[in-house]
Amino acid sequence: MIDMAVVELSRLQFALTALYHFLFVPLTLGLSFILVITESVYVITDRPIWRDVTRFWGKLFGINFVLGVATGLTMEFEFGTNWAYYSHYVGDIFGAPLAIEGLMAFFLEATFVGLMFFGWDRLSKRGHLLTTIMVAVGSNLSALWILIANGWMQHPVGAVFNPETMRMEVSNFKDVLFNPVAQAKFVHTVSAGYVCAAVFVLGVSCYYLLRGRHIEMAKRSFTVAAAFGLASSLSVVVLGDESGYALTDNQQMKLAAMEGMWETEKAPAGLTLFGIPSNTAHETAYEIKVPYVLGLIATRSLSGEVAGIVPLVERADYRIRQGVIAYDAVEKLKVNRGDLTAREAWERHKNDLGYALLLKRFVADPRQADDATIARAAWSTVPNVPALFFMFRVMAGLGFFFIVFFATAFAFSVRRRFDRKWFLRLAVIAMPAPWIAIEVGWAVAEFGRQPWAVDGVLPTFLGASSLTTTQIWATIFGFTALYSVLAVIEVKLMLATIRKGPEIYESYDGEPAPKRAPANTFTAIPAE
Amino acid sequence: MSIPFDYETMRLIWWALMGILLIGFALTDGFDLGSASLLPFVGRTDAERRMVINAIGPTWEGNQVWFILGGGAIFAAWPFVYAVSFSGFYLAMFLVLAAFILRPVGFKYRSKRPDAAWRERWDWALFVGGFVPALVFGVAVGNVLQGVPFRLDSDLRSFYEGSLLGLFSPFALLAGLVSVAMLVLHGAGWLTLKLEDGPVRDRAQRFGQIAALAAFVLYALGGVWLATGDIGYRIAGVAEAAGPSNPRMTETVHAAGAWLANYGAHPWMILAPLLGLAGPLVALMGIRGRKDTLVFAGSSMANLGIIASVGLSMFPFILPSSIDPRSSLLVWNASSSHTTLFIMLLVTVVLLPIVLAYTAWAYKIMFGRVTTRDVNLNPDFY
Repeated sequence: MIDMAVVELSRLQFALTALYHFLFVPLTLGLSFILVITESVYVITDRPIWRDVTRFWGKLFGINFVLGVATGLTMEFEFGTNWAYYSHYVGDIFGAPLAIEGLMAFFLEATFVGLMFFGWDRLSKRGHLLTTIMVAVGSNLSALWILIANGWMQHPVGAVFNPETMRMEVSNFKDVLFNPVAQAKFVHTVSAGYVCAAVFVLGVSCYYLLRGRHIEMAKRSFTVAAAFGLASSLSVVVLGDESGYALTDNQQMKLAAMEGMWETEKAPAGLTLFGIPSNTAHETAYEIKVPYVLGLIATRSLSGEVAGIVPLVERADYRIRQGVIAYDAVEKLKVNRGDLTAREAWERHKNDLGYALLLKRFVADPRQADDATIARAAWSTVPNVPALFFMFRVMAGLGFFFIVFFATAFAFSVRRRFDRKWFLRLAVIAMPAPWIAIEVGWAVAEFGRQPWAVDGVLPTFLGASSLTTTQIWATIFGFTALYSVLAVIEVKLMLATIRKGPEIYESYDGEPAPKRAPANTFTAIPAE
Repeated sequence: MSIPFDYETMRLIWWALMGILLIGFALTDGFDLGSASLLPFVGRTDAERRMVINAIGPTWEGNQVWFILGGGAIFAAWPFVYAVSFSGFYLAMFLVLAAFILRPVGFKYRSKRPDAAWRERWDWALFVGGFVPALVFGVAVGNVLQGVPFRLDSDLRSFYEGSLLGLFSPFALLAGLVSVAMLVLHGAGWLTLKLEDGPVRDRAQRFGQIAALAAFVLYALGGVWLATGDIGYRIAGVAEAAGPSNPRMTETVHAAGAWLANYGAHPWMILAPLLGLAGPLVALMGIRGRKDTLVFAGSSMANLGIIASVGLSMFPFILPSSIDPRSSLLVWNASSSHTTLFIMLLVTVVLLPIVLAYTAWAYKIMFGRVTTRDVNLNPDFY
């Protein structure tokens, strides 16, 4: 039997390392494009202040970028170290986007980021802009590929189980690539990253405006961030990935859980603004509902039904029973590859094999499960409803806040009103908000997928490596210690760089560089 | 779409590609690891150490991607190997990851503050980031050669029965030292090319000479050990080269000296160990004769030859099990499906040349030796 303590610790470690990694990635995704914008303005207008603006944000980008890279290393190997059976079971599909990510995205961003920092004096203006663009493209491509991988876990298409190799194998790679869930997730996630960077740039700029320092640079950054942020915050909400939720049983379960909707309603279903759902009572108390809206959003029609949790559990019960037949067939095929009856039974029930595996949490051999155990397994397909319900509302609420926030910022920047103290203060206070929204959004997506590692295919608890709890505690402790130290250093360096403010750069080789600053302000800084 | 190569050929191609990847990693990031291992010893003052750091500063990040890509490519092409080895070598993997995490941060953050204690700490962090992976990679290869204590059940779930300290057997330690010597030599080779004439370069070359001798002697000793020691595995019966990827369908046995059998069957393979032996000597000649490019060429030859010889000795084994004859991972039984291998081959054929092209361009832009003047004046330097 599976040691659930190992599973829970493995999940804890994955959540910690992924959430930590994802503190840095969104800023990288967005800030790289803001650098492209400011540097493009520099190249087009040839006004040196835009170069200084670019280099200042570039410096903060660099401090943040390295931690994204460093903590990303852990992610690339953690499937193998902690989720070995998962890696075996779906590596034939899941490994490909990860490898392509390395080849197409990581090489691009990592090679060009070196030139971006070291190449100011070695590249032409256009050449340098090109390297900055490549860094932005590379980091965003990496988001694309990892979300194709994650999208497949949420909605596994283009793959079949092969009883001879005991794993999922690719049947149609095109379906994996153009998985609608993956596409929606990509747009949603990178937009969230752009919002994050825009809030960051706006917040720091407003800090300078409040203090009356670096005004010229701050106004320009304000303007760029306001426009970029407005576009991205609209994109993140409007192109949110809710459209994908009607696709499969498990995606429907996630949607029902986010909405705390226990029974199927008459179409179109209402959207619950607030309520208190309970996983044990199977109901949501004190609901406040807006009629029709959920049905419209989720199914894009007036007649489409949004399934409730209880009927979905009944469906899971049925699929578990079908899955047991498939499981039995696989066991027979293990013994005799040529067993034709087993082969035929397998072909009929193969899509439900994953459901039979849910039983392994309660019995070693799913074929021995009684009705009560099957019912338990069916109810185990319900994720943590109250957690999803509230986290989703935090994320969505912040999403709408960003739209209003950036619309206001945009209005001020168009009217050149950079002196509204209340807004400047709000922008500084709001700086942590996108990180909260993003981390909670990750949790909604991944908690909502439970109990599955791959929806309908492989339960999470089966995916873990055969490790001991001591081993996992050792690495949890190690990662936590290392990451905490790095987090403290990172934040300190960020704050120190922000306090110091932008510098005025000159070409140290005495090439024709903008001579704006008096000569005595230039000191060679023994740093980048 | 029909696949132009049969499954057996495709598996062979991927075995070769994995070798190329590993060698790509050793040739590029290898000198970063070696230079970082040398950092506290060849640079005595802050300015001297900054010369070393900036010799690898602009390109280490791209080089490191070979390591990340290695993880992704093993996952995609050899999922069994990814699952069994990383979960089996669990704590060793953690050490490598922790060391690798220190590197990017060390490069970037060291220069952010002027005080000496801060910089000294990061220098040692960078040293750990270079030395620990260099050692652990070698130790891991030593363990793979000796066989790893894992078994697969009928669901193909892997169970590992060794311990962290069990990894450090005498033979594995020897392999670890070969790896350290080889990479330190490569680092010295790079610093020879990249630094202006001066005390740092002289010291790097002195360490390079020691590393070259050590790499030669230890590698030769490893060969003798393989010939006379109780190491090696062979396939019992037949392994279906185009069969399903299920390691439990093949049987392997422990057989002393079997790792040298391939050289008898295919004499051309002897080129690899010869290159591995000649490389350090060529590098040594380069240092003695003040021929800078020869030093780096020699250390590159050493990397190429030593890594290739491990792969060729073991072929078609990838990861032999020391406790279960029906679990060993082979080129023929541990790969992805035919379709996935083909898709990944297409992707590699299209993208790898592009990667190599812009990497070469990046090196060209940053071409030239790092000078004391750069380190003192260039605000872009670490």
